Amino acid sequence: MSVIVLVEHTGGIIKKKNFEAVQYASRIAENTGTTVTTLVLGTIAVSEMESLGEYGAQKVLHVADGRLDELHARAYASALFTAAQKENAKIIVTLHDINGRAVAPRVAVKLKAGLVAGALSYPDLENGFVIKKAVFSGKAFAFVNIVSDVKVIMLMANSFPVIKGDGKAVVEKLEVNFSDKDFGVKVKQVNKVTGEVLLSDADLVVSGGRGMKGPENWGLIENLAKELGAATACSRPVSDADWRPHHEHVGQTGGTIRPNLYIAVGISGAIQHLAGVNGSKNIVVINKDPEAPFFKAANYGVVGDAMEILPKLTEAVRKFKQQH
Amino acid sequence: MKILVCISQVPDTSTKIILKDNNTAFNSSGVTFVINPYDEWYALIRALELKESGIATDVHLITVGRADVEPIIRKGLALGGDEAIRIDADSNDPYETANYIAGYARGAGYDLILCGKESIDYNNGTTGAMLAELLDIDYIGFAADIQIEAGSAIVTREIEGGEEVDTVNLPAVISCQKGVAEARIPNMRGIMAARTRPLKVITPSALTPVTAILSYELPPAKAGIKLVSSDNMDELVELLHSEAKVF
Ligand SMILES: Cc1cc2nc3c(=O)[nH]c(=O)nc-3n(C[C@H](O)[C@H](O)[C@H](O)COP(=O)(O)OP(=O)(O)OC[C@H]3O[C@@H](n4cnc5c(N)ncnc54)[C@H](O)[C@@H]3O)c2cc1C
Ligand SMILES: Nc1ncnc2c1ncn2[C@@H]1O[C@H](COP(=O)(O)O)[C@@H](O)[C@H]1O
Repeated sequence: MSVIVLVEHTGGIIKKKNFEAVQYASRIAENTGTTVTTLVLGTIAVSEMESLGEYGAQKVLHVADGRLDELHARAYASALFTAAQKENAKIIVTLHDINGRAVAPRVAVKLKAGLVAGALSYPDLENGFVIKKAVFSGKAFAFVNIVSDVKVIMLMANSFPVIKGDGKAVVEKLEVNFSDKDFGVKVKQVNKVTGEVLLSDADLVVSGGRGMKGPENWGLIENLAKELGAATACSRPVSDADWRPHHEHVGQTGGTIRPNLYIAVGISGAIQHLAGVNGSKNIVVINKDPEAPFFKAANYGVVGDAMEILPKLTEAVRKFKQQH
Repeated sequence: MKILVCISQVPDTSTKIILKDNNTAFNSSGVTFVINPYDEWYALIRALELKESGIATDVHLITVGRADVEPIIRKGLALGGDEAIRIDADSNDPYETANYIAGYARGAGYDLILCGKESIDYNNGTTGAMLAELLDIDYIGFAADIQIEAGSAIVTREIEGGEEVDTVNLPAVISCQKGVAEARIPNMRGIMAARTRPLKVITPSALTPVTAILSYELPPAKAGIKLVSSDNMDELVELLHSEAKVF
């Protein structure tokens, strides 16, 4: 018996949120008296997989099939199902991200398992197998008890700190009998944004709203983001007006992000906007209107004109970075 | 080509959430309910566009819910749906919902099943992929564009840090988000026509639940904001460093 975690990588590099999932699973394994096995798919170096031991994994099952370098959700689900059977796993962990949401639901169906999507807590084992998750776009939380024998947890990234320890996982090959159906979706073209900090992964985000007046003023947002090493985001009217690309739009109808720091500049703080950012650990609001609703959701606030404040803040960050 | 659109009833996006019954339920009195925005603005409208352009012949709507969801189904019909199916069950579990929908859709000859990327009440984003697994067909999530060509769909979908164009043979399930279509408002003719369009009610056989929501909680109020003078950005940076510890 073990807890199985699906670990993703990008071109052979494992990103931090996966370490978080492994560490999360290892804590559950400890509490349930078992161990963690990770599943890694596609082309990746053995040393990179062994390093998962630093986050609590005892074992890595590796499916070394190059076709898995791109997402084939049915093939990923077949592999995860095979791994779960092999290990007689009762608990499966994935991330609640784009790939996780394509794969975990399929595995849950295969295993007739209850699933919690967007888990924010460890399972409370005293009251069953109860996990906290956000509902109503962050306006409330639900405590969901998984009552089936096998359980699938999709962890919301950035919910727990990642602490690197010692250890080296043992890597084993896993053979999976894939069928043609597993590769039914054909990838024709991939367009990746390069050279920018990815919004979905970012710890720090600087975001602009209609208060920025027009695309010509976005240099001020970008300069601050660059100085901080932050990603940039925007409110919906801003992307609707094509001042910014659509993938930057956060909120109810855009992306949901949970960075450590969200700096909202010239954004009023409408409930639909907050729905995408209310999981942020710290919120700084810069707005010229002291009555702007966003101030109620903020940890820090600056009342004033963004055009004057942004250059000053950027300069203050630069000074700070030089001294530290 | 027959399209099935999964629509879910949710509280309007501006709803303030109030709990009742010792925090075990959400108080729906006075709440305005709407079609989940992703289901309406993107999935349903794209289905209607495909019908208007002669690619699709039938657009059916399906929802899992009790009789109180009928107003939103009528709205879906008023926008242009040909027929609606209501599976008479309460479900806040995606596995149950997907099973109910699969129970109806299996063998019913749908070439394309569209759903929203996520319901804005339970925020799972998992029902579509479960449905695809139950029907043993492909699923593409987070679509921003859907074109149909000779028995397959060409789908632009979101990936981390960009977009990808995929092709998939039909039948398939696709979840829709911004970009797939533009929202529209039902007109009077549609509203009148909707009255005579069929709304089938199906009583499903009971399922063994795999999850149960035990209780709800509201987020704690923010501990009060710290205001920093616009002339003192060094102080803000210092607070972010030493107090918030974000860098
Ligand atoms: C169903 C639905 C879904 C929606 N989904 C989303 C969503 O996903 N994301 C989203 O963002 N919105 C969404 N909206 C829209 C949302 O309701 C708001 O209209 C929108 O968030 C407002 O954007 P804003 O704050 O940039 O603009 P505004 O509301 O116009 O606010 C601009 C702010 O800038 C301030 N300001 C002006 N000049 C300056 C200056 N010089 N310096 C500093 N501050 C200044 C003003 O005081 C004001 O507070 C949705 C709406 C609906 C109905
Ligand atoms: N009760 C329901 N009835 C019909 N479709 C639903 C229901 N719940 C969810 N869906 C569909 O599944 C999508 C994703 O929902 P969810 O997995 O709950 O986030 C929604 O956008 C709908 O298209």
